[in-house]
Amino acid sequence: MAISFHLNGRPVSTDADPATPLLYVLRDEFQLNGPRFGCGLGQCGCCTVHVGDEAVRSCSVPVAGVAGQAVTTLEGLGTPEHPSVLQQAFIDEQAAQCGYCTNGMIMQAAAFLKQNPHPTEQEIRQALANNLCRCGTHLRFIRAIRRAAAQGVS
Amino acid sequence: MARDLMAHEVTRREFLAGAGALVVSFSLAGSLLSQGGAAAAGTPGAAPALPADLAATPTLDSWLKIDSAGNVTVYSGKVDLGQGIGIAFEQIVADELDVSLAQITNLVQGDTALTPNEGYTAGSLSIAQGGMALRYAAATARQYLVGLAAKEFGVDPGQLTVADGVVRAPDGRSVTYGQLIGGHRFNLTVTSPPPLKDPSEYRYVGKPEPRLEIPGIMTGGSPVYIQNLRLPGMLHGRVLRPPSPGAQLLSLDTSRAAKMPGVVKVVRNGSFVGVVAETEWAAIQAVEALRSAAVWGQTNRFVPADQIDTYLRTTAHSDIRELDTGTALPALAKAAVRVKADYSVPYIAHASIGPSCAIAQLHNGNQWTIWSHTQGVYPDQQALSYLLGVPASNIRVIHMEGAGCYGHNGADDVNADAALLAAAVPGRPVRVQWMRADEFQWEPYGSAMSFRLEGGLDASGNLVAWNHDVWTATYSTRPGPPGWLLAGWYLAQPQLPGPAANVGGDRNAVPYYNLANARVYCHYIERSPLRVSAHRTLGAFRNIFAIESFMDELAAAAKADPVAFRLRYLNDPRATAVIQAVTKAAGWNPGPRPSGRGQGFAFTRYENAGAYVATVAEVEVDRATGQVAVRHIYTSVDVGQIINPNGLANQAEGGAIQATSWTLKEQVTWGAQAIESVDWVTYPILTFPEVPEVTVLPIDNPTLPPVGFGEAACVPIGAAIANAVFDATGARVRRLPLTPERVRAALSQA
Ligand code: FES
Ligand code: FES
Repeated sequence: MAISFHLNGRPVSTDADPATPLLYVLRDEFQLNGPRFGCGLGQCGCCTVHVGDEAVRSCSVPVAGVAGQAVTTLEGLGTPEHPSVLQQAFIDEQAAQCGYCTNGMIMQAAAFLKQNPHPTEQEIRQALANNLCRCGTHLRFIRAIRRAAAQGVS
Repeated sequence: MARDLMAHEVTRREFLAGAGALVVSFSLAGSLLSQGGAAAAGTPGAAPALPADLAATPTLDSWLKIDSAGNVTVYSGKVDLGQGIGIAFEQIVADELDVSLAQITNLVQGDTALTPNEGYTAGSLSIAQGGMALRYAAATARQYLVGLAAKEFGVDPGQLTVADGVVRAPDGRSVTYGQLIGGHRFNLTVTSPPPLKDPSEYRYVGKPEPRLEIPGIMTGGSPVYIQNLRLPGMLHGRVLRPPSPGAQLLSLDTSRAAKMPGVVKVVRNGSFVGVVAETEWAAIQAVEALRSAAVWGQTNRFVPADQIDTYLRTTAHSDIRELDTGTALPALAKAAVRVKADYSVPYIAHASIGPSCAIAQLHNGNQWTIWSHTQGVYPDQQALSYLLGVPASNIRVIHMEGAGCYGHNGADDVNADAALLAAAVPGRPVRVQWMRADEFQWEPYGSAMSFRLEGGLDASGNLVAWNHDVWTATYSTRPGPPGWLLAGWYLAQPQLPGPAANVGGDRNAVPYYNLANARVYCHYIERSPLRVSAHRTLGAFRNIFAIESFMDELAAAAKADPVAFRLRYLNDPRATAVIQAVTKAAGWNPGPRPSGRGQGFAFTRYENAGAYVATVAEVEVDRATGQVAVRHIYTSVDVGQIINPNGLANQAEGGAIQATSWTLKEQVTWGAQAIESVDWVTYPILTFPEVPEVTVLPIDNPTLPPVGFGEAACVPIGAAIANAVFDATGARVRRLPLTPERVRAALSQA
């Protein structure tokens, strides 16, 4: 039985085993670059996507769990030519070393800014408390999120 | 993308071999290059010799190509490891070649078919080695092209000007680089340094040019990472690693795994076991099925973690003299005050956020292509040649960026895994990504180290004797030589390594201070209980943790301000400048405060020859819990000429934060047989709420040769934080990480 859902605004369906973590379906079947494998354990945030308006760790959700729902990935926020305000803020702040973790930072922050459009720095740090970055780019992420918040759009 | 590379490869090989190239009708190579005597005029302080990497590969065509539209392709053997070095290379070339950044349309980094062999990308040497090779190559190319134009116009080269790849004569005539050389070979061997521009003429160097790959990273609009490389017909592999190091597979029933949907092949060679499947998830599940079907014989017995310090000091080791004035011990014996302290640092994991990944493909029976985030495509080509039993020339290794690696992690080992699995499915590319636990348990760590320092002060509190012993394992077991790939150890015909060379434990073991009576020995143990290799800074972070903690202890014994005490033993103006900059910015004012807040200082010159860095850390210590919070790190840095200030700041911030994480939280843990650090819960790193503010204070010296900073940035952090804890509480913690238990224990003794 195929599982159908909306992916970045378009209806899609997959024949994957329903227990397959959403991450592998997004990456291997739909060839998306944004969500990435970091731990597969829900600990790092590299695989974050939105299900509805909520930031979700796609490594820890079976694809059957998003049947009928709207899934948005980093690609769904914007493109290199037309990045979202938050993505542009990350570009403006050059907020990456290796950048492998940035998918999680942007997706987590985008969902958070919808709930709290004008956060303090402490609130941003708390919102990202479970997103890991090994390169130590945290301060740039905070600056980028504040920059986007100052523009009033996520 | 990969297909483009293949097509590119053929033309590139023919190109470098000269096949099909038109002979440039007028060659001024000889006469022009003989003018190069005024060598390196724009870089006072630079030796008038070619950069070593350029001397090793002196064919200009190996480094640069200009097509008929004037687009420039740059070839570098130094790869991007998450540090964003690419833009710095482009800035260097654009300035020295006199083209715009936009005219550099392609930068190829690390490909055994395309790029020069620049060994490993390591040691913060990408700018000093790779960048300088490109600077001299670009200057040579410009000089040659201007010579061609001068000949064409019949004027003296000195009358010509160049901008954006267009050469102009005083009478208004002009010719483009594309017209002069477009698509043809330079056919030049660089034998002596060309004149370089004066730094004041640079248009891009010194500016925070943005990295070109960033928009793709932030939108998912381009693959960027090897983890995102998808080749036609690609299969997915995973490896079943043993339950503990050295375990032998006694029996394995593969029947259930082999029948699982999507499984293409179960591969077994001795105790090496893997699976190839149509999808990643099928491969992961099949490995779990194999795990429950495998019976292992385990023999490993780790040295207990709490005895590692004793083990390092007492097991067989070779003793390397780093510095010995011959007078240290007598001076110590005569000193008015003697101070002695022992320090130790645990095994630290690279813990890359993205586990290691590779793709391997076997074609035509014995030709291999390996896509890898290795630090050295050529050494890996060699290592894989031993593993696979084919000549190195049959193997092409292509670098593609992975997550930040910080040294020798699983990148090379996963190449071996992918190749061994790809051998079972000829023609099909096989992608292997390690699972989180694979990376934590099997990567080589930065070695644990143990230190004993003794110092002597005279009656006036002057430092008159210094005695320093370091116990460590080597910091390099990189592949290249046979036997250093993990998978090879478990084959039916195991490929085991020879003895490791003693490397890197001595990095920054010799103090940068002027000390009349000093003795420094590095004792390398012969057998490391845990697998170890190159980890960011090698021994430098650890040695400086010990040395700079000890300088504070000596200053306290001498009742001197820790900074003023150090300045007595430094007479290098660049050292003084970074120290003054950081103490001024941080408002240096140590002394116990009732609030539990404190400041700590540390200084280093990386490798005693590279970047200068001085750091002040501000901490807050909760006396009840022993919890240390690092509030602010101030770091002043002198790397000579700054190529890209944004890149430098990024490395400085990242190095400070990663090293704060090492200092406060990190240590690899193990039980009787197996590594117990398997994920981010069992190996915690610094999180957002714990990250300090970082203030970077760069000092630009545009006329001095540029050196790297990614490693130097980390080096003083451990000591600066430990010194700040002492300043805040009077408690001295000499063992990393500074866990609450250790801080509480030190507080109870303070
Ligand atoms: S990969 Fe999903 S949280 Fe780490
Ligand atoms: S930028 Fe490399 S892990 Fe965050």
